[in-house]
Amino acid sequence: MLLGPALGLSAMLFTIGVAGVLLRRNAIVLFMCVELMLNAVNLAFVALAQVYGVGAYLIAFFVMTVAAAEAAVGLAIILAVFRHNQSIDLQNINLLHG
Amino acid sequence: MTETVFYVFAAAAVISAALCVLQRSPIGALIWLVQAMLALGAIFVLLDAQFIGVIQILVYAGAIMVLFLFIIMLLNMGRTTSDIRGPAGIAATIVLAGLIALELGGLWAYSTPRIGREVRASAGFIEAGKAFAGGQAVQDATAAHGVVGGIAPPLFNEYLVPFEVTSILLLAAIVGAVVLAKRKV
Amino acid sequence: MTLSLLAVQVAEQAPGAELGAATRLAWLTIALPLLGFVLNGLIAIVRPQARRLVSLIGPGVLFAAFAVAVAIFLEVRAHPPDGPLILTLWPWLHVGDLRIDLALQVDQLSIAMLLVVTGVGSLIHLYSVGYMGADPGYARYFAYLNLFVAFMLVLVLGANFPVLFIGWEGVGLCSYLLIGFWFSDKANADAGKKAFLANRVGDFGFLIAMFILWQTVGALDFVTVFERAPGALTTAAATAITLFLLLGCCGKSAQIPLYVWLPDAMAGPTPVSALIHAATMVTAGVYLVARTGVLFALAPFTGLLTAGIGALTALFAATIGLRQYDIKKVLAYSTISQLGYMFLCVGLGAYNVGLFHLITHAFFKALLFLGAGSVIYVLHEAYHATHSHEDAQDMRNMGGLKQWLPVTCGLMWIATLAIAGVPPFAGFFSKDEILAATFARGAEQPIYYVFYAMATVAAFLTAVYMGRLMAMTFHGENRTGEAERSHLREAPAVMTAPLLVLAFLSAFGGALNLPGFAGGKEALDHWLEPVTHAAAAMHPLAMPTGTTEKLLIGGAVLLSALGLWVGFRTALGRPILPAREAPPETGFARVLYHKYYVDEIYNALLVRPLVWLSDKVLWRAVDQALVDGLLVNGGVVGSRWLGALGSRIQSGQLGLYVLLFLVGAIWILNTILR
Repeated sequence: MLLGPALGLSAMLFTIGVAGVLLRRNAIVLFMCVELMLNAVNLAFVALAQVYGVGAYLIAFFVMTVAAAEAAVGLAIILAVFRHNQSIDLQNINLLHG
Repeated sequence: MTETVFYVFAAAAVISAALCVLQRSPIGALIWLVQAMLALGAIFVLLDAQFIGVIQILVYAGAIMVLFLFIIMLLNMGRTTSDIRGPAGIAATIVLAGLIALELGGLWAYSTPRIGREVRASAGFIEAGKAFAGGQAVQDATAAHGVVGGIAPPLFNEYLVPFEVTSILLLAAIVGAVVLAKRKV
Repeated sequence: MTLSLLAVQVAEQAPGAELGAATRLAWLTIALPLLGFVLNGLIAIVRPQARRLVSLIGPGVLFAAFAVAVAIFLEVRAHPPDGPLILTLWPWLHVGDLRIDLALQVDQLSIAMLLVVTGVGSLIHLYSVGYMGADPGYARYFAYLNLFVAFMLVLVLGANFPVLFIGWEGVGLCSYLLIGFWFSDKANADAGKKAFLANRVGDFGFLIAMFILWQTVGALDFVTVFERAPGALTTAAATAITLFLLLGCCGKSAQIPLYVWLPDAMAGPTPVSALIHAATMVTAGVYLVARTGVLFALAPFTGLLTAGIGALTALFAATIGLRQYDIKKVLAYSTISQLGYMFLCVGLGAYNVGLFHLITHAFFKALLFLGAGSVIYVLHEAYHATHSHEDAQDMRNMGGLKQWLPVTCGLMWIATLAIAGVPPFAGFFSKDEILAATFARGAEQPIYYVFYAMATVAAFLTAVYMGRLMAMTFHGENRTGEAERSHLREAPAVMTAPLLVLAFLSAFGGALNLPGFAGGKEALDHWLEPVTHAAAAMHPLAMPTGTTEKLLIGGAVLLSALGLWVGFRTALGRPILPAREAPPETGFARVLYHKYYVDEIYNALLVRPLVWLSDKVLWRAVDQALVDGLLVNGGVVGSRWLGALGSRIQSGQLGLYVLLFLVGAIWILNTILR
């Protein structure tokens, strides 16, 4: 049965994604690590379709769709920020500080 | 046999992900991420979710990652100085990621035997899908209408509303992206 | 009849105590002066110059109240009830076990006080029309005076301790308002404050006594308390209660150690001094002791202490009166001294006698004060006419006024003879009975012989200073001044008429309680007996009879006559200089003149440390440094600091936000996994 190992893999990938989010300062690479986390979650859903039926597949499907939309908008934001700051290093983007 | 294949692809995915996170150049990171996604796509197929696996490769690896690539090219970020955080960041990473690993590991260790106990018959990898009602339904649907035909009816019946909402979401995303990214006119 | 519609819900608590028609209207005696207060107050605010209206309303309500009082008296005399008549106006405090109603108690004692307050009060109100006629605060004066009478009647008619306390506090308030009537002069305002503060100390004692009473007996209305007290109270508890009540009485009735406010209270208008500080408010303490006689009888130590304080105060104040030159101050110390007599009397348990002296004292002291008021009024007019700034109250500026104020002089002589205790005037009978009672008690407790001696000396001194007062004021050479002499004349009729009534009462008031040897029926004693016998029975007193009685009486009369003669002669013996030329006092006379420096001692021992405590400790340390600095400002600084700490989390750095987000996620995961 692949469920166990699949869930373990999902956990590992998620952790790596978290590590990446915490480690990187480049906005685009950070975004990519977030995509990695989303993938890990997708894997978990797909693995659990054996238990919960087709609904799990569909959730994974929707996750992918939303990830696409999110990627589009997020990258547009990064583009706009780059035009303003000439850099996408997260250290320098702190206009919202209080 | 399936096991071995699974473990190979799993290893590939993990190594690719690790390398993605640790690459200095953004392009390199991107390529490794694509590799991880391809490995995941294979795993999806192994898990009898052929449709999702293909969609993964087509949409995720194919479209989304290419989008990323466009942006990286657009911003001219070839080789840059390393953007990995300093020692403080690494320490925080190790602590927090370690905690998450522990938590998720604990969760995994807890739930997997329980799921295993619910399997009435000790079947092989793939036949285990017969052990749960949900998985049984998936198998039946795939047998009756094929892979896509198994997913389609629920998508347009029970999950119609999320479907429509998602389409509106995509519309919003398109408009948003255009507005955000355009130069001032 | 509409009046019966006005009659309020009644509760009969004494067996067979049916409330007659007049008794049902007892609340009217309080309501009328209260109405007067409201109306006069409105006039004072809206149209202060409506003097004629005020002259009608002010004394008018008092005379009406007196009429009601007389009606009640006649009714109760015709149909003597078995027990006190309780008139419950409305339920007031019903909390748990505590059941206090706003109730009035009509019994012989309260009727006696009621008659005195309304009767003497009406006369003084009438007198005030003349005395205060030219004052700009005329309406305000009558408003306060009416309010005072209302509160005094609440005090006297109250059926339980809390209602009495309302009256107690109320009269204290009105006393403050009236002493400081001319408050634009700071000295007057200070005198008012002093009176209020000294009374407050007494009030504290009263409250504590009430609390202990509630704790031990479980009730606060007189009927219940006096029923339960002999059984429910240990001697210690009774002593505690009565000691605190005594503290209250010392404050209200100006005994040692709380008498200091009464001489200062002379800063108020003279009719106020007559009403409040001679006839009514200061007698509230005596009334209270008489009312709670049962409790005092259960605590022999307090009785002894009361008598001792009374005797000491009588002597002490009499000595001070010998060397005062302000006519009102002499009378003030005389009042303190006479109150001492009353306390001596009720302390040893002869309540009827004490109340007798209370009544006669009200008559002749009111007469003395009002007479002095007439003199001051006339002198004031004279000085006003010549634009002089002499003190109109200083006896050194008077003298020989018999020529110009013959009626006032004659009437005041009647009062003087009464206070000195010369037969057959009223004061003779009452004071004589006090001395006799003290002597009689001495047979059981020898210390009362000492008190007797003190009281006798005080009686002698009373006669001396009164003789001195009369001599310096009305006889001898006139020292007012050449220019003023032409303006001196008799006081107006509206002021002299009340004096006539009071003089009649002072002369023949003894008839109220003529003792056996003079052929009387001891009417007052028998009248009060239903109320006071409960306490008197616990501690019976065998009054002297036969030869002892006659010897005592003879001795007292001799001393009085001697004292008058001594006072008169020594005052006129050497020439007196007018106030502005008078030399300062020397020797022991100086100590007397400065009232044994008691005020200065109190100031140093009590007032200054208290002020220091308030200023340095409570204000600077506690309020400014602790509350303002540490708590308020410190709270501000603290929350600012916390806020600054919190705002550092809002760095705008995405990395930090992600970090915190993950921390939260881990935490939630942790919680779920548990």
